[in-house]
Amino acid sequence: MISQFFILSSKGDPLIYKDFRGDSGGRDVAELFYRKLTGLPGDESPVVMHHDGRHFIHIRHSSLYLVVTTSENVSPFSLLELLSRLATLLGDYCGSLGEGTISRNVALVYELLDEVLDYGYVQTTSTEMLRNFIQTEAVVSKPFSLFDLSSVGLFGAETQQSKVAPSSAASRPVLSSRSDQSQKNEVFLDVVERLSVLIASNGSLLKVDVQGEIRLKSFLPSGSEMRIGLTEEFCVGKSELRGYGPGIRVDEVSFHSSVNLDEFESHRILRLQPPQGELTVMRYQLSDDLPSPLPFRLFPSVQWDRGSGRLQVYLKLRCDLPSKREIPGERVSSARQACPKKAPSPAPSLSKLQPVSGAEQPRAEGRAGGGSPSLGPASGARRLSTLGPFPDGRPRAPRTSQPWALHLGPSSGSGPGQSLL
Amino acid sequence: MPYLGSEDVVKELKKALCNPHIQADRLRYRNVIQRVIRYMTQGLDMSGVFMEMVKASATVDIVQKKLVYLYMCTYAPLKPDLALLAINTLCKDCSDPNPMVRGLALRSMCSLRMPGVQEYIQQPILNGLRDKASYVRRVAVLGCAKMHNLHGDSEVDGALVNELYSLLRDQDPIVVVNCLRSLEEILKLEGGVVINKPIAHHLLNRMSKLDQWGQAEVLNFLLRYQPRSEEELFDILNLLDSFLKSSSPGVVMGATKLFLILAKKFPHVQTDVLVRVKGPLLAACSSESRELCFVALCHVRQILHSLPGHFSSHYKKFFCSYSEPHYIKLQKVEVLCELVNDENVQQVLEELRGYCTDVSADFAQAAIFAIGGIARTYTDQCVQILTELLGLRQEHITTVVVQTFRDLVWLCPQCTEAVCQALPGCEENIQDSEGKQALIWLLGVHGERIPNAPYVLEDFVENVKSETFPAVKMELLTALLRLFLSRPAECQDMLGRLLYYCIEEEKDMAVRDRGLFYYRLLLVGIDEVKRILCSPKSDPTLGLLEDPAERPVNSWASDFNTLVPVYGKAHWATISKCQGAERCGPELPKTSSFAASGPLIPEDNKEREQELPDSGALMLVPNRQLTADYFEKTWLSLKVAHQQVLPWRGEFHPDTLQMALQVVNIQTIAISRAGTRPWKAYLSAQDDTGCLFLTELLLEPENSEMQISVKQNEARTETLNSFISVLETVIGTIEEIKS
Repeated sequence: MISQFFILSSKGDPLIYKDFRGDSGGRDVAELFYRKLTGLPGDESPVVMHHDGRHFIHIRHSSLYLVVTTSENVSPFSLLELLSRLATLLGDYCGSLGEGTISRNVALVYELLDEVLDYGYVQTTSTEMLRNFIQTEAVVSKPFSLFDLSSVGLFGAETQQSKVAPSSAASRPVLSSRSDQSQKNEVFLDVVERLSVLIASNGSLLKVDVQGEIRLKSFLPSGSEMRIGLTEEFCVGKSELRGYGPGIRVDEVSFHSSVNLDEFESHRILRLQPPQGELTVMRYQLSDDLPSPLPFRLFPSVQWDRGSGRLQVYLKLRCDLPSKREIPGERVSSARQACPKKAPSPAPSLSKLQPVSGAEQPRAEGRAGGGSPSLGPASGARRLSTLGPFPDGRPRAPRTSQPWALHLGPSSGSGPGQSLL
Repeated sequence: MPYLGSEDVVKELKKALCNPHIQADRLRYRNVIQRVIRYMTQGLDMSGVFMEMVKASATVDIVQKKLVYLYMCTYAPLKPDLALLAINTLCKDCSDPNPMVRGLALRSMCSLRMPGVQEYIQQPILNGLRDKASYVRRVAVLGCAKMHNLHGDSEVDGALVNELYSLLRDQDPIVVVNCLRSLEEILKLEGGVVINKPIAHHLLNRMSKLDQWGQAEVLNFLLRYQPRSEEELFDILNLLDSFLKSSSPGVVMGATKLFLILAKKFPHVQTDVLVRVKGPLLAACSSESRELCFVALCHVRQILHSLPGHFSSHYKKFFCSYSEPHYIKLQKVEVLCELVNDENVQQVLEELRGYCTDVSADFAQAAIFAIGGIARTYTDQCVQILTELLGLRQEHITTVVVQTFRDLVWLCPQCTEAVCQALPGCEENIQDSEGKQALIWLLGVHGERIPNAPYVLEDFVENVKSETFPAVKMELLTALLRLFLSRPAECQDMLGRLLYYCIEEEKDMAVRDRGLFYYRLLLVGIDEVKRILCSPKSDPTLGLLEDPAERPVNSWASDFNTLVPVYGKAHWATISKCQGAERCGPELPKTSSFAASGPLIPEDNKEREQELPDSGALMLVPNRQLTADYFEKTWLSLKVAHQQVLPWRGEFHPDTLQMALQVVNIQTIAISRAGTRPWKAYLSAQDDTGCLFLTELLLEPENSEMQISVKQNEARTETLNSFISVLETVIGTIEEIKS
């Protein structure tokens, strides 16, 4: 039972506010929530907060806060699931989820909420059922994107990228306008992998963790059956062996409930009738030994200049992925290092990471304390360096076995049909 | 957030809404209405255009209708008289041929939330319940609940309830679930909807037709059903088996809870279910949604309390990744700490050691405390790691390591030697109060094994003038006196200086008193000092810092899949207490208004005692001591005259209680040690007429309440009541002090 639902922008402005039951508080709850969230002590979790007989439960999704309040002791799993489902639904109907799209489509969002929740109870969240009741059309505005230009080659020549649809192609509303009959029967299939890798100073891998999923965004008329064939050498679990070569192996795999697995055992075929909108067809996990080498290599080098008392760390990252793949969020952080120093400089000063690559100018935002610049699409080699002053003149390496372990992650490669698989 | 110049905006919109040109153009009209809605969301008061919006509701454009109804539901409580004007349109829409319009109108009309609307909505709701479109029936069923809540605490309409019960057999699954929700609200005062055998079996059969939200909710309703026989129980469990494999975590957890509760007499079934839920929980723990991950981790911890080692083979899943937010990392460290066993201890410690040098000081300290927790079982390895950490000479690390050592030496005396060897040198890197206290305590208690202990303490004595924390000074006094007993030659001089400083120059009264006390104690003689100061150095059996024993699954099964594990049990107790106090606040002014400040209880209670004869005509006789045998005999022979439950959280300290009760002339016959579960105390008192009051206090482990049972050998209600109020006050006072 939900009392209120609201969407806040990252700055705390209410974008959507709906009171379902009128039983608690006024409109200021949204402000109250934001104040509570920002003033929370570090060790408390913001997921569930309590104020004056009212529980706030929220998720953060593409820099928006989706919040529900309730006065009952409800199931947190169901509520969080509902919130993420709402986020997906809004994304499906508005094209994409973001501050701009929400405020452009206020009427549509309210209409959706009205059908999804009545008196704080979930009625339905299926895209199919909802589309009968939704009358408002989504307002889409295409922002000018340099990416579109980049797919046009010199003098109109065809480039690598023009063969692949631009990544923004999938971000349009599921419900195209009724007058527009030219709806294309399209399906977008993304393989998204998150890699967390821990690399020792000598370059050997200490820990590898891959979490991948196959995401499907379908604009096909519903009811159409779809078959996704994986390679027949796809093995699940450590012991299974298929085919002759090393095969492709994952540790665990789970499917969406609408996937028919009749042919999975024999031919590795997933059958499904996808509803319109976005759907995670399959999730898989893989840890420790990877079947293939990492898509990037890291060359660390540490130099300590005795004279000036400075420590120079060079991290050279070489990406072996083809350049057309997109790496949206890549971060390198050297987590495992406590360079013991005397009082004046409090934390290891690797926050001064600067890229020193030649031609490109990647964005590097050094975050204080964390030392994790995020890079733009990385291809080819790139070098990062840092300087750290050591006032006491001698950096004592911590007596741990891996003094310069470097932590790289999570970099994720996404793009149609590209992955380790 | 009222904007400046909101009146201008209202005026402008009003003008636009009235403009016939705009009204003629459907799109422009709709755009203006959309602007009203947008301002409304931003918090501007748009109630000024209510009249114009009511007019806009009479349209064929369904989008416009929806927007106007949304507006009306928001502002109807402010403008009830104007809202009545819209009722006509709404009623007309309720008989529109289009089911979507009918549903919309009925839903909006029921959501108007203004007085006087009930008489208009009753008939449309009744019609809606029999509508042929399931969409309208869904709306009408929930409309019943809305109507009931609008009435306030009025009586339940029996015919309507029967109608709703019969609608449980409706074809549409959402109507069925809505019926349950609606009945639950209408019958709230009578304990909610009744789930009897036919209904339970009907719901079980319909389960597969429901969507995930319906399934999760029905599973929750089924918790109320008590199967008649073991056979039926296992039939139900078999039926529900497939829901443990659902892809929705909400359904899986709902099913798990139902299994745990239904099978509360079959521990092997419970264990089996918890094994099966492992997969979904672990998947949620590594889910992309941090919020879901956090909630799952909280539940994992809950399970680990009962089944330690349940997740041991999956320890790697709980390793932190650097990009996770702080609150998830802290949970993961706690989980790691609880699932160590002989096989994985090496890897877990290795990982935790990595966290100790994390850039976030808070997280690093949490990791060190976690190693300290593991050290209670795997002492040697952990002490070695902690000693290595001291070598880093980082301030925030050293202080926590020393605090961990202090706790460890107390619980595991066998590691004292190693700790004593590690200590020298770390005094340079401790600046905060907690760390200093820990170090000084260690130096004082185990000073004879640390060669340079006196010299370290001497440094502290030298700098005592610039010391800012009184607690450190107190600790220093005690430690130095202790060390003086074992190494008098090295300490005598500085002890003299410290005592002189504390007595002559110190401004803090507590420190000065402590100094004076020790000075006088020394005057009495060294044997007396030894008797008082050399308490046992460690006694693990005291169990103060030890983990609570394993809790049975049944103690938390009812909390599973609720907010309780997410908040943590202690926090939840305060939350529910706040809510409880709000609810029964006016009825219990005694406990709440009685806000005595801590150290003043004895006097405070004496005053009360003097007042009592006037108020309750109850005079308890002092020093009326019963023997335990006599108490037991009388207790067994009498019936309970009064039973009561008081909110209570945490531990009783027997001494405090005994002292407080003594003041009001209630004797303690027997009392459990602090921390035992269930905790009990037996009390007796006698008034001037010879009437005996025998009392039992009982703290059950699972609930945060104290049960008080009073027996009386002569049945007299007025004295009984005043006795109980005395007891309540005493207990209330103790709780005040505690919190």
